[in-house]
Amino acid sequence: MLSENILKMEGIGKSFPGVRALHNVDLTLRKGEIHALMGENGAGKSTLIKILTGVYQKDVGRIILEGRPVHFRSPQDAQNMGIGTVFQEIALCPNLTVAENMFIGRSRNAFVKWKQMNTKAAEMLSSLGIPASPTQELASCSIAVQQMIAIARAVDMDCKILILDEPTSSLDEDEVQKLFALMRQLKDRGVGIIFITHFIDEVYAISDRITVLRNGELIGEYQTSALPQIELISKMMGKALSDVSAIKKHEPPESDDSVPVFEAKALSSAAGVRPFNFKIQKGEVNGFAGLLGSGRSESVRAIFAADKVSGGEVKINGRRVKIKTPLQAMKQGIGYLPEDRKGDGIIDELSVCDNLILALQVMKGFFKPLSRKQAEEFADQFIKKLDIKTPSPNTPIKSLSGGNQQKVILARWLLTQPMYLILDEPTRGIDVGTKVEIQKLVLKLAADGMSLTFISSEIDEMLRVCSRLIVMKDREIVGELSGMNLTEQDVMHMIAQGGK
Amino acid sequence: MPRLKRRINNLSHLFLPLSVLVILIIINLIKGADYFRITMVNGALYGNIPNILFGASELVILSIGMTLVTAASRGQDISIGESGAISSAIFVQYVLNAGEVTLCTILVGFLISCVAGLVIGAFNGTLVSFFNVQPMVATLILFLGGRSIAFIIDGKVSPILANEISNRIGTVIPGVPIPTPIILTAVFIVVVAVVLRTTNLRLYVEAVGVNPSAARLNGINPKKVIFLTFLLMGVCSAVAGFIAVNKAGRHDSVNLLKFIMMDAILAVALGGNSLGGGKFSITGSIIGAYTIEMLNRTLLRLEVNPEAIKAFKAVFIIVLMVIASPVVRVFVKKFLDEAKTIVARYSVRQTGGLNKGAASITDTTGKKGE
Repeated sequence: MLSENILKMEGIGKSFPGVRALHNVDLTLRKGEIHALMGENGAGKSTLIKILTGVYQKDVGRIILEGRPVHFRSPQDAQNMGIGTVFQEIALCPNLTVAENMFIGRSRNAFVKWKQMNTKAAEMLSSLGIPASPTQELASCSIAVQQMIAIARAVDMDCKILILDEPTSSLDEDEVQKLFALMRQLKDRGVGIIFITHFIDEVYAISDRITVLRNGELIGEYQTSALPQIELISKMMGKALSDVSAIKKHEPPESDDSVPVFEAKALSSAAGVRPFNFKIQKGEVNGFAGLLGSGRSESVRAIFAADKVSGGEVKINGRRVKIKTPLQAMKQGIGYLPEDRKGDGIIDELSVCDNLILALQVMKGFFKPLSRKQAEEFADQFIKKLDIKTPSPNTPIKSLSGGNQQKVILARWLLTQPMYLILDEPTRGIDVGTKVEIQKLVLKLAADGMSLTFISSEIDEMLRVCSRLIVMKDREIVGELSGMNLTEQDVMHMIAQGGK
Repeated sequence: MPRLKRRINNLSHLFLPLSVLVILIIINLIKGADYFRITMVNGALYGNIPNILFGASELVILSIGMTLVTAASRGQDISIGESGAISSAIFVQYVLNAGEVTLCTILVGFLISCVAGLVIGAFNGTLVSFFNVQPMVATLILFLGGRSIAFIIDGKVSPILANEISNRIGTVIPGVPIPTPIILTAVFIVVVAVVLRTTNLRLYVEAVGVNPSAARLNGINPKKVIFLTFLLMGVCSAVAGFIAVNKAGRHDSVNLLKFIMMDAILAVALGGNSLGGGKFSITGSIIGAYTIEMLNRTLLRLEVNPEAIKAFKAVFIIVLMVIASPVVRVFVKKFLDEAKTIVARYSVRQTGGLNKGAASITDTTGKKGE
């Protein structure tokens, strides 16, 4: 019974213009198993899930559901075939009742039989052990219960396969346990569950098997019990680039006792990072390592005051300063390239030129605009220097490719001549060539005396660029590694063991 | 050459208001060829064009402020007429209580009304930027209560502003052929142009309107920028109220600048600006404002029943907005492209039939080129 395959995806491939998102990926799901789908950002997990739920159409490959090949043309198709999905963001209506949320949009009748609906909802809730009443307003339930109701809704659609995309990211420990109990119950009923999470411990707590993806390719399928944590992490991170020889790391200046360019003590922010200490020397490149959600971005955002700083003190060149807003950070010579290029980086409708001069312009002040000519000179200079491919400086930045957009944002900060530059995932979602260019640029800047913090999901990229790594797990610094001979093994060990 | 090309590209967003303007001019010329004729009456210019420029003065000034508010806050201020009524009420009270009216009295009164405009702008701006109230909801408060406040300030129905200087500001100064409101509007536009040139107002407002989160991470405080646009809107309302009350010669708190926010919002939209904020064109809004005034007067000139004017205007605007909508634009572009390829195919077949030799030669050279 247990070995019966309910779903088989074979040789799935999917390309988007300019990117190969998935290549020859297989996934098998058995009846009554919890299957973890693992991979870092851009590994292709969500593309695979979107193909399975009918949001995207696959380019090549087969999907076999209960022995029959199927083809989903729309999410509705997939739902009718018994594939239920619960996304990270709860897609329910908080102002409706629990029962309404469970049944909304399902009835073919124009009229609602309230009594029948509420009784049926009550039955389901009690059978799944969800502590909610059908007539209660959804908003009055805790997030975990809302998440469970979303699952109940999905399960009710005669679901054979349930996909949970990061259901635990906004739950606390206790709530996670409740969710797990529900998952186990569904598993016993024979539902196949695909579980996506960034929390390694959860994978080991609940999953039977693991499929690992990396850069759109299948790395392998493993029994959870037979795969040590450390190996899982190494499989997820892998090696993305092999041209290690192309880049030579600079030895950081040895004067470790000299005054750091930037130093923070017990810094914490409203975004939930635990108070941490941090310092960086002149010409040093360091990085925050850790899996997604470990708090590496929140830490640098706290340094730049991108999130509200809630405590701690900061010293620049040994002098105590107050950094409460991004502008204050900029005036102290700190630059910050954010992780979310589209949401926090580019101003998409504005021209390349406007985007490029933005930070410098703001630092100069409201009443001192750069002349058009001067702005275009700056733009031309950096377009040439960083080899930004754009038809003209006046092209809207949104029509550039991701890599070129990122170069413009990089140029924006270089133009302000910062003393300390923070780069959060500067190479995410951009082509390999540009990645190497950016890595080389980082090392060149450091050699010229700039201090940089470099964050990347690809651990080997960080190892190549950084001379010191601060390792984070679950929003806390668990250790620090430095020296020329850092290896992935060291980092993975620290993540796997840290915080325990 | 590339400079010129860029200039033309920059004009592309003005396509809508300019084409409407041209259509209206054509309609008017068909109605009567003397449309552009300007005569001198009592030493002042008189004709259709001066009338439009004269009539649209307040609308032009308000649409400038509305453009900025829309771009930064992604919403509209619907209290501009009321805020103009309040600030001009204060102006009128100051002048009436000042005893002898001199140019100085008027100037001081004007400055005081501008301060009143700033206060109103600060009120709206605080609600929108610091309390995150939707702009339309925040300004609804003054839209509803503003005229009562203006009436309370007046103390009676329609106080009359009977002095020579006000009359001159509202009509013409003897010896100057151009009506004064036109001159004041021109001066205001120049001031705005200078402000845009000497400050980063445009960059800040556009950055905040397009992506407030990114703007914040580049050191711009989006709340302050939105607040600032409401302050500027307040000044615009005060100036418009000043012109309107001097034109009318009395302060009618009920009808002064009544429902002008509709036309101002329309002017912003006609000017090719997105009502969802972001990049803006003040030139577009100004042309849009004059276009609306021209539309009003064209309908009058066509002897449309005054009762029916609003319906005609509505129909005209619906047609216009549909034509200018992205849906239609995409459709037209597709249609033109298809037409082009059909024409191209047809002409290729023609030359192929008539002159096979030439066609094959181009074929081979084409292959070599590859």
